[in-house]
Amino acid sequence: MGPGPVVRPYALVRGRTRPTGDALDVISMVSSVPGGSPDPVGLEPEHLAVLRRCGLAMSVADLASALDLPLGVIRILLGDLRDRGLITIYPPRAEGLADIRLLREVADGLRRL
Amino acid sequence: MAYDDSDAPGTAGRHRGPAPVAVKILIAGGFGVGKTTLVGALTEIQPLRTEEDLSGPGASIDVIVGVENKRTTTVAMDFGRISISDGLVVYLFGMPGQERFWFMWDDLSHGTLGAVVLADVRRLADCFPAIDYFERRETPFVVALNNFPGTIRRGVDEVRKALDLDAHVPIVDCDARERGSCRDTLVTLVDHTIALAGAGSREPSPAGRG
Repeated sequence: MGPGPVVRPYALVRGRTRPTGDALDVISMVSSVPGGSPDPVGLEPEHLAVLRRCGLAMSVADLASALDLPLGVIRILLGDLRDRGLITIYPPRAEGLADIRLLREVADGLRRL
Repeated sequence: MAYDDSDAPGTAGRHRGPAPVAVKILIAGGFGVGKTTLVGALTEIQPLRTEEDLSGPGASIDVIVGVENKRTTTVAMDFGRISISDGLVVYLFGMPGQERFWFMWDDLSHGTLGAVVLADVRRLADCFPAIDYFERRETPFVVALNNFPGTIRRGVDEVRKALDLDAHVPIVDCDARERGSCRDTLVTLVDHTIALAGAGSREPSPAGRG
């Protein structure tokens, strides 16, 4: 283990506690927009770390865990990146819960474990 | 180089191609009842951990009152991941049991497929809050009795009565250390969710709304 963060997590996001835009579910999938070369002005290293991590789609919870940042901070970083058009966010399908076919697929998949 | 992870060996949790459909199942119950053990028994990886900050979004003012001098209180949340296929992933979230963390429940339970309420038969009352919560939100749930070694097994009828559970709510035995037992519990939950969705109106409302 390293010495740990020298900046308290919410300082990264300048004290903001809410992301811009819609709420982000913990299982929303995030992927960086291919070919996007971010203008680093106004971006923290953590923003760039998020972009590197989600070259392949990754959930909000996985990102928070992988980068060891609180969910609240990750959500704000993602809101910033979304505003700049650098990531695509795929929210979970709310209608999926009424989708019997999807539910059966889950049940069958679990039975095979 | 804390964040220089671009060549990290694992790509766990990352998905090539189109983003997969993700669903979540919640694991609730009192403190120390075995939620993390259950997640660990099922997930393809070590249970992951993320944190939420009590001063973060969703924290209600009254949570902070009286502890103003305590700068941050983080709550750790264990979660796991089961890849059903390339296009479908099930996430398991252990819900923090202590009352002061309930502000997180709404966030977690939005859109959930359902919940497993783990209960210790010696401390049944510990799972009352979770049962109340899911009943009120009309979230499908099952009660899983984690029979710890040395405890006297209690009958399903007795437990149903003690918990004042509706007849349609499944009660199962579950050894949180046993993968097969945990798997069967989840299958029971999803089957229950399917039954409820099928029995509902033609426009069943997704769990977690309202």
